[in-house]
Amino acid sequence: MRITRDFDVAEECVQDAFAKALASWSQQGIPANPGAWLTTVARRRAIDVGRRRDVAIRSQRLLITDATTFDREPDTAIEDDRLRLIFTCCHPSLATDTQVALALRMLCGLSTAEVAKAFLVKESAMAARLTRAKKKIAIARIPYRVPERAELRTRIDAVLLVVHLLFTTGHTSPVGEELSQVDLVERSLDLARMLHILLPDDGEVEGLLALILLTDSRRGSRVGTEGEFLALADQDRSTWHRNSIDEGLVLIGDALRRGRPGPFALMAAIAAVHSSASHWDETDWSEIVGLYDLLIDTWPSPVVALNRAVAISFAEGPDAGLRALDDLSAEPQLSAYPYLAAARANCLVRLERWDEARDAFAEAAMLTENNVERAYLQTRIEELNESLRVPHDDGPQ
Amino acid sequence: MTQYLVLIYENEQSWANADEATYGRILGEHNSFGEKNGASLRGGNALESTMTATSLRKNASGEIVATDGPFAETKEALGGYYVIEADDLDAALAVAKQVPANFGGVEVRPIREMN
Repeated sequence: MRITRDFDVAEECVQDAFAKALASWSQQGIPANPGAWLTTVARRRAIDVGRRRDVAIRSQRLLITDATTFDREPDTAIEDDRLRLIFTCCHPSLATDTQVALALRMLCGLSTAEVAKAFLVKESAMAARLTRAKKKIAIARIPYRVPERAELRTRIDAVLLVVHLLFTTGHTSPVGEELSQVDLVERSLDLARMLHILLPDDGEVEGLLALILLTDSRRGSRVGTEGEFLALADQDRSTWHRNSIDEGLVLIGDALRRGRPGPFALMAAIAAVHSSASHWDETDWSEIVGLYDLLIDTWPSPVVALNRAVAISFAEGPDAGLRALDDLSAEPQLSAYPYLAAARANCLVRLERWDEARDAFAEAAMLTENNVERAYLQTRIEELNESLRVPHDDGPQ
Repeated sequence: MTQYLVLIYENEQSWANADEATYGRILGEHNSFGEKNGASLRGGNALESTMTATSLRKNASGEIVATDGPFAETKEALGGYYVIEADDLDAALAVAKQVPANFGGVEVRPIREMN
């Protein structure tokens, strides 16, 4: 698991489609056009919040803490302890990798061996890292408590980033054979649900849970019958998990009603626009671009800009998309990012600039560390080679 | 309560380039910091620049040899420190964030308690 790659880049990488670049998170439209979204969401009150909460609590693993007190209402004590533990594990003075490892071990109850496997390191190395982390917590006196009100927002956001990183790593595992590591996705969902139970009035927490549900709802459709990668445009939407989508839509509706949406709420809104389209061709791309405009204001990151450029390519055409993508060519953070090359490749294909498209696909294939994605890109290259192999009337064959 | 060392690392060239007005302003910032956080402070000092430092190391034969300059050449050099006392790391960081470090930043390290 390439935990050590650029944090921002990893954050935004919650996308399915490689080639057509899901870039689906769009931002826009919702303030300009509140009717479309909110009425849809309001109509979908399919899930009873209380019922969900009970189910979620029952399915949570019991947290293993050293000092669990039961002199109060058991549920409250456990929830308080969990919150304290979350904030301790995700303390900013610990390296991000360490935060994720601690969260997996202490909050999700994974064994050291399992956490090591997630990081693709030896068990002894992970044991040493966890020991060092616990030592630091003890010696530097990282406090075991929920942060003060003044710091709470930044600290919650830090926790959300960790959980999101866990999800994106599991969802699109950058290294290895399988496209995703289902266990990590399950754990991130557990944590997001836990956070939602513990902090039920936070729009960003709702946003993250919605984002995970909506993105993961496509789990069954992302890989074809032969293990090949399927872009968002090619997925069989009838296999999308309806319950997850419905739950996600309710959550994002709640989040958006809380006022100015943060990055996770916006990313979830974008995912929701896709989830609401029964077919790729019905995707409301201009709403998506608008949402991205809002997102980039809150979160001016090159990867968000990339996603926005791809949305533009669908809202306004491949020429506009390519222009927006080329604006990003000098971004150092994207220089080793396969999705930029893939996005360019797709625009070039649509513009019938075949040779350049093939070069871009080749570049993307070289940069990805995921075998399933690489295979997908190779297929696109071969398709281009086939269609470019125009037989000559003269000359040897 | 635990004691923490707050080490101030700053770019010495920036200090050298600073005019008197800047110098005075930063001094004022340190004074304000001291007044505001007096209850947490247990000590502190500014250091002369790294060009005044002498380092001592054992050579191959085991003799202690003096060399000119700081122990390690770094982009930002150690320029001063504060000793603070706090209940936990968050409290220590809350104080450390206020330490003036115009041309760099600070490192916060717990001081080992010897019994």
